[in-house]
Amino acid sequence: MSANGKPYVREVSRYGWFLGNPRYRRYMAREVTCVFIGLHALILLVALKRLSEGREAWEAFLHNLTGPAGIVLQLVILAFAIYHSTSWFNVTPKAMPVQIGEQFLPGAVIIGAHYAAWLVATVAVLYLAGAF
Amino acid sequence: MSERIVELEVLRFNPETDTEPRFQRYSVPCMNEWVVLDALNHVKESIDPTLSYRWSCHMAVCGSCGMMINGEPKLACKAFLREYEGVIRVEPLAHFPIQRDLVTVIDDFVTKLKRVKPYLIPKEDQPVEAGEFRQSPAELKRYKQYTLCINCMLCYAACPEYGLVPKFIGPAAISLAHRYNEDSRDGGREERQQEIASNEGVWECSFVGACSEVCPEHVDPAGALQQIKIKSTVDWYKEHAMPWSKK
Amino acid sequence: METIKTDVAVLGAGGAGIRAAIALAEARPSLKIALVSKVYPMRSHTCAAEGGAAGVIKSDDSMDHHFHDTVGGGDWLSDQDAVDYFIREAPKELLQLEHWGCPWSREPNGSVAVRPFGGMKKQRTWFAADKSGFHILHTLFQTSLKYPSIERFDEYYVTDLVIEDGRCRGFTAIEMRSGQMKFFRANAVIIASGGAGRMFPFTTNGAIKTGDGMALAYRAGVPLKDMEFVQYHPTGLPNTGTLLTEACRGEGGILVNKNGRRFLQDYGMGPETPVGQPVLKTMELGPRDRVSQAFWHEQKKGNMVPTRWGDCMMLDLRHLGEKKINERLPLVRDMATSYLGVDPVTDPVPVRPVVHYMMGGIDTDINAATSVKGLYAAGECACVSINGANRLGSNSLTELLVFGRRAALSAMEHLDGGTGTANEVAITAGADAAQARLRELFNRTDGTETIAGVRKEMMATMEENAGIYRSGEGLEKACATLASLRQRYAGIELHDKTNVYNTDLLQALELGAMLDCAEAVTVSALERRESRGAHQRLDFTARDDDKYLRHTLARYRSDGPPEIGYSDVVITRSPPGVRDYSGEKSAGEQK
Repeated sequence: MSANGKPYVREVSRYGWFLGNPRYRRYMAREVTCVFIGLHALILLVALKRLSEGREAWEAFLHNLTGPAGIVLQLVILAFAIYHSTSWFNVTPKAMPVQIGEQFLPGAVIIGAHYAAWLVATVAVLYLAGAF
Repeated sequence: MSERIVELEVLRFNPETDTEPRFQRYSVPCMNEWVVLDALNHVKESIDPTLSYRWSCHMAVCGSCGMMINGEPKLACKAFLREYEGVIRVEPLAHFPIQRDLVTVIDDFVTKLKRVKPYLIPKEDQPVEAGEFRQSPAELKRYKQYTLCINCMLCYAACPEYGLVPKFIGPAAISLAHRYNEDSRDGGREERQQEIASNEGVWECSFVGACSEVCPEHVDPAGALQQIKIKSTVDWYKEHAMPWSKK
Repeated sequence: METIKTDVAVLGAGGAGIRAAIALAEARPSLKIALVSKVYPMRSHTCAAEGGAAGVIKSDDSMDHHFHDTVGGGDWLSDQDAVDYFIREAPKELLQLEHWGCPWSREPNGSVAVRPFGGMKKQRTWFAADKSGFHILHTLFQTSLKYPSIERFDEYYVTDLVIEDGRCRGFTAIEMRSGQMKFFRANAVIIASGGAGRMFPFTTNGAIKTGDGMALAYRAGVPLKDMEFVQYHPTGLPNTGTLLTEACRGEGGILVNKNGRRFLQDYGMGPETPVGQPVLKTMELGPRDRVSQAFWHEQKKGNMVPTRWGDCMMLDLRHLGEKKINERLPLVRDMATSYLGVDPVTDPVPVRPVVHYMMGGIDTDINAATSVKGLYAAGECACVSINGANRLGSNSLTELLVFGRRAALSAMEHLDGGTGTANEVAITAGADAAQARLRELFNRTDGTETIAGVRKEMMATMEENAGIYRSGEGLEKACATLASLRQRYAGIELHDKTNVYNTDLLQALELGAMLDCAEAVTVSALERRESRGAHQRLDFTARDDDKYLRHTLARYRSDGPPEIGYSDVVITRSPPGVRDYSGEKSAGEQK
């Protein structure tokens, strides 16, 4: 190819574009961790199905879930779910700025409100589950 | 005054003589307080007059000197040498075609900016003689941040979405549309929605947030885009789920 | 060579150029308008103006006040009919910008806020924090996108005006991206290309401000008027020359010497006013020429603070407090902190006077018309003259708007009045000759000079001899040096002989323009044997109204220094008086 006088276009890799940049890798981590949220939803669905199949099926399911593999799996899911949720909580002030009078509510307040709501929901679920 | 030799590795490309870009090394005697632009100016003046790049104000307000500095989109006039060690690699802004050396072709941005109607479409007609539109400091503050865009296009260079899907209207242009949408004097939101609420508009954005991280004026384009998404979603619900709410 | 036919060509897309283009497009949508600039519009240097734009709006102010402030500030060298037109149009233009969406800072009740500025008796400077020029430029640029009849030609460098039979018929320009030359054929041309501060090494001006438009008109036979009046802004960062707006002092900042004394009181701008309670038109709110001159005297006395970048005075903003600084002067804080490493919230900022603005420029009448039919000029490149011997801060942003629009109106009147029979053959020959000249420069091989070398010498000469204070001896030396530099310029050779975005070529052409402007400055200054406003002679220290209450007109000669002539100053209702910036006596002023 010879010089043609035209501007040079740098191609962006379709697949590996996020590898070289820490900012993009963080973004991919946030996005990919949603898979674990999906996984947890799947477990809940399976739980429903087992429940509908009768006592034996349910107890077998519970047994698996509370076994070492089940515990590890759930801990892993929990870790990634927390990462996913917090990474979203931390960007909420951008999407939902709140202006009171002239000033905008500081981002920390909006993020804090999300954590507070999370805490309340967790306590409520634990209460309904009979943890207290 | 403290001086140091800075090694610059600058991307060179001349479409008349080169088929591919290449890097050229310059050893530049620099003052400690200099910015990368000062070093480039020294190269241009004393080492290699053929190097081409854009610059003007040297105070981060004209938006000319956006480049990739060690892979990061920066204004060369605000990239302080004291923050770098070793060889500094300088390339033209990512995601734009290279016209020559550090000069990019920015037609795409200029065309998109025009598409989003970044001007006041007044809510009500009022002759100039009748005086100013009243606007409280709170109303001003609501959109002020989005007026600060200097069109330097660092956000386009940072946005992977724009790199992968060039039809994306992109952070700066959409933020400027948002700037007018949020202005208490403006009534043009619906006109702009056709462009910015389309699939080439905000819905192409997956909220990487890189645009806001690199913005030298703290405009926060990512915020603007997410806010438009939320408002557009509310619009959709109003239209489809609550047809009675229509005007 | 491709010919681009248009009705009106506007050269320069900063505040004045875009304002002109919009005025044309609004008044007559059928007109074809070419907006031609060497940079994209948002890069134009209007964006760097910080403080604000003056226009009478508040009830305690009056047109008379603005008139007298401007005329007195200009040391009576302003044309008073032009000043009258200017102050009357000013508020309308600023309101028009408000209607186009300019984010002016506001009062709590929603009306536009104004701030105090140097040399102004009342608060009348409209502002958008400390990025007023930036917001004006972007508001204009974005508004211009509404008009389909405005066709932009971004990154085109204009090389020559084409004049045929005393009429301007267009210009030739290089398209930077291709290196191709194009001929813009237009029967009306408006030059709005900005100033020439880059003749000096230490300036607030961006790299693009190289006097291109001034030189174009000058070479085409239009005189450059009052070029000796070069404004030094008192407060620039000592290392980079970055501007710290006069609004720093408008908001209450003070200037002190190394002993902590507010030395302006010793130079006719006292008595001292209470810190943090600025009093209009005295002390730190004196005019720029006086403040810069006071710095010079203090430096001679050894009262300045030595720094690595030379002697400085200290701009103290600390008493304003962090909140006010962040709200009103965010850019100033950012600049001082990042470029100098001094945070104005906690420390005084060292500053020194820096070349900022050209009062002089292309000679126009009150209608922005030059002596060549069909050629108009507005903005910093022009000299109407409303600024006289010293421009007041915040008058220039308004000037862009008022006279940008005025130039557009004049261009339309010109087109309506018939543009004469054009001799297209002669016109094409003119364009071809321009191309031939460029080709000669481009192909030159036996060069003896470098662009950087000649430029460096020009800057050093200007700094040394055409600064805040000048002497006949120094100016004579400068004239001789510049004459020889102009000759040497004919021997420069390009290093870069390719077409696409050739900035070596661009810089060569810019240097040619600056050399012509610089010579006009020094020869005009040498011939003005008096001290007035920004032109201070050590050998003629007094103002001399008998001889020099006149505009200097420098006429271009290709083979030697300019020919100097004079024209009368228009005086309508303010006879020359004493400029009084002492707070006590200000009530009795201008009587």
